[in-house]
Amino acid sequence: MTPLLETRGLSRNFGGLRAVDHVDFSVMPGEIRAIIGPNGAGKTTFVSLVCGRIAPSAGAIIFDGADITTLPAHRRVRLGIAYTFQITSVYANLSVFDNVALAMQRTLADGRAQGRLRAGVMEALERVGLADRASATAGQLAYGHQRLLEVAMGLALKPRLMMLDEPTQGLGDSEIESFIALVREIAASATVLLIEHNMDVVMQLAHRITVLEAGRVLAEGAPEAIRADAAVQRAYLGGGA
Amino acid sequence: MTANARVYALHIAVIAALLALNFLLPAYHHGLMARILVLATFAMGYNLTFGYGGLLSLGHAMFFAAGLYGAGLGIHHLGLGVASAFLAALACGAVLALAVGLLALRTTGVAFMIVTLMFSQAFQLAILHFSAFTGGDQGLVLRPQQRRVETGLGALDLTDPTTRYLVALALFTVVLFAMLATVRSGFGRVLVAIRENEERTRMLGYDTFANRLAALVGSGVICAAAGAAYALLFGYVGANFASVQYSILPLLWVLLGGAATTLGPLVGAVFMYYVVDIASGYTSAYMLVVGAALILLVLFFRKGLIGTVREHWARWLP
Amino acid sequence: MGFGPHLLLAVLEGLVTSAVLALTALGLSLVFGVMRVVNVAHGELFMLGAVLAWAVTTAVGGSPALGFAAALVIAPLIVGAVAVLAERLVLRRVDYDPEATIVATIGLLYIIQQLALTFYGADARPVPPPYNMRIALPWFGYSAYKLSVIGASALLLAVAWLVLTRTRAGLIMRATQYDRETAQAFGIPVERVYAAVFAIGAMLAAIAAVLIVPITQAHYLMGQDPLLLSFAVVIIGGLGSLRGTVVAALLIGVSDGVISMFFSPTLAKLIATLAVAMVLVFRPQGLFGKAM
Repeated sequence: MTPLLETRGLSRNFGGLRAVDHVDFSVMPGEIRAIIGPNGAGKTTFVSLVCGRIAPSAGAIIFDGADITTLPAHRRVRLGIAYTFQITSVYANLSVFDNVALAMQRTLADGRAQGRLRAGVMEALERVGLADRASATAGQLAYGHQRLLEVAMGLALKPRLMMLDEPTQGLGDSEIESFIALVREIAASATVLLIEHNMDVVMQLAHRITVLEAGRVLAEGAPEAIRADAAVQRAYLGGGA
Repeated sequence: MTANARVYALHIAVIAALLALNFLLPAYHHGLMARILVLATFAMGYNLTFGYGGLLSLGHAMFFAAGLYGAGLGIHHLGLGVASAFLAALACGAVLALAVGLLALRTTGVAFMIVTLMFSQAFQLAILHFSAFTGGDQGLVLRPQQRRVETGLGALDLTDPTTRYLVALALFTVVLFAMLATVRSGFGRVLVAIRENEERTRMLGYDTFANRLAALVGSGVICAAAGAAYALLFGYVGANFASVQYSILPLLWVLLGGAATTLGPLVGAVFMYYVVDIASGYTSAYMLVVGAALILLVLFFRKGLIGTVREHWARWLP
Repeated sequence: MGFGPHLLLAVLEGLVTSAVLALTALGLSLVFGVMRVVNVAHGELFMLGAVLAWAVTTAVGGSPALGFAAALVIAPLIVGAVAVLAERLVLRRVDYDPEATIVATIGLLYIIQQLALTFYGADARPVPPPYNMRIALPWFGYSAYKLSVIGASALLLAVAWLVLTRTRAGLIMRATQYDRETAQAFGIPVERVYAAVFAIGAMLAAIAAVLIVPITQAHYLMGQDPLLLSFAVVIIGGLGSLRGTVVAALLIGVSDGVISMFFSPTLAKLIATLAVAMVLVFRPQGLFGKAM
């Protein structure tokens, strides 16, 4: 089986700082992969490179066998790479419906889905449990609901690779519970790349974990192996704790 | 009534009222209103990029002038008929907007304003420089016989006040409903999305540059249509229509009426014309009125007339 | 007169233009640099300075030198006061939002222009130069006053450079320019700095206008060219660079002088305008600025 996403020697410098440093990385279709690492390890820079928000200094990105290194961000989205922002970035002045419709009408135009706009939007809203808020103004939703709206927009893109950047940040415990169920459901139809600080969430969801430190891959493996890895514990989990 | 039906009913009612005014208005106001309808069309074109697209251009006079001169020079030098001159003007507006957009849209914010200002300035200077061709400072006057359209049903004389009013209204109506359809379409939604959050829109798979360019070309065509109508209906083609002032006026009308509202440009243009008209009874200080209006709008009335109505009383207004 | 002397004359005229332009553009650049405000009314503040210079010299009467000296002090002060008023009443209230300030300063432009037209009138009026000496060059005589305009401008620019780089006031301005929030956190009274910078920017334009008015006369529409040329200087020179501003002013002033002596001024302006627009599109940091 070929990986859905692969990076080879991917690097990005900011001035003298190597935010991402020769990362070789691959994700198989259907996987839930978590990327963890201390603050400043280069996690967000790495996913920004993958989705095309910033350009790499060196290296290659291969999606489904095709080199997308120089493809602009919007073209990558059309190939099926969706990204939900770390800082909630919904259209605060538009209705919840319009927020999702923007994603859905793109998907329909690209032929990644068939059907009616309204039906598609409502389906995505059903999946995250916001269908009854469709006509509300997005900016007036509670924070947790805005995060869900963000996910609904990602779902409406019908992605093959869904990148969730710190999705549970700022959510309460019960919200996190339902979020975990939601990600499992997403994973039924898409590969998931999860950047997450909350280790409980990571351990419950991830098939495999990649640990970044100082822009490099420190370790990679199944959750139990990562938990047992001494180097990871030193770097990230706080020594013998 | 569904929200949809209500929106269309309102816009049809506005057109019906404007049609009724054709029969009711005394001569002076009838002529003024015909002029306002053409300029409101210009403002609608401006609103597409400024209101919906969030692009503050200080150079839209060049698109109006492209239509004005496209039609005027086509008739004057090439002996085009009214209809082909109008189409030539639309083409001029589209080509100019495309060229300006490909360059100016590489910039944003303040740089975009200044680049559009400079392109428009260059356009006016070009009109003045090639005076042998354009009439320079003096401009060109189109003779009445050059402003007749032969149709199957007889001649349409654009110098006749009623014809003039109705033609202006027809253009206004077509553009108004085209705008209504556009802003309620997927394209309109994307345009607003780019205005609200460009980065997010890019990450939904939209080529934001291409969408903005499309909006600017659409805007250029509408403004050129207004310019061409102005030349054909009022028979004068002059370089002052390419001056900075004619880039500021549509901005003023749109701000006053309400940016990103379909009816705002009309309301703003009517309101401003009559404020100036009434004020001119007391003072000749036309620029003072315009200047004070701009400052007061920015300070106290950012959403404009229709925008305020929409915010407080009628959320359904497009 | 041969080609050489002709060119020399053109260069001298260009230097006078550059001298005035550098001061005007420095004002625009300071305001844009520190406050991020594009002051579209900058040209009208220049015009106001020229019109006030006429008013003051006329009111003082007597010796042209006395009237001129009075104008050089009073006109910038009044223009500075107008600027502070505009800053307090308008710019501060829209929180220096870039679009809102542009629209508001366009409004200001119209208001100042109308007031000048109403109270000053549509005529161009001369202001006598403080002295009427001509310096005899081998090929032609040249006005000593014009040469002293160049000198005065150079002096003022040197003072501006010293203030910006060597004094506490300059440090405060640069700190505010660099980061408004942090400056505020360090106890810099940002609002007062903004008011002062806006006033200084306007006063520089007014001083430039007083210097040039004995050469060109005062007219209510005289603000448009300095505005566009100042934009050009700021764009080409790169933002916040005093050296860039001076170099660009020299470049534009001298080439304007030379080109309009040999070609049609409209064509010269047309080409210059397009060139400046292209710089802004393809090199927004200016020809002399560093890329971010």
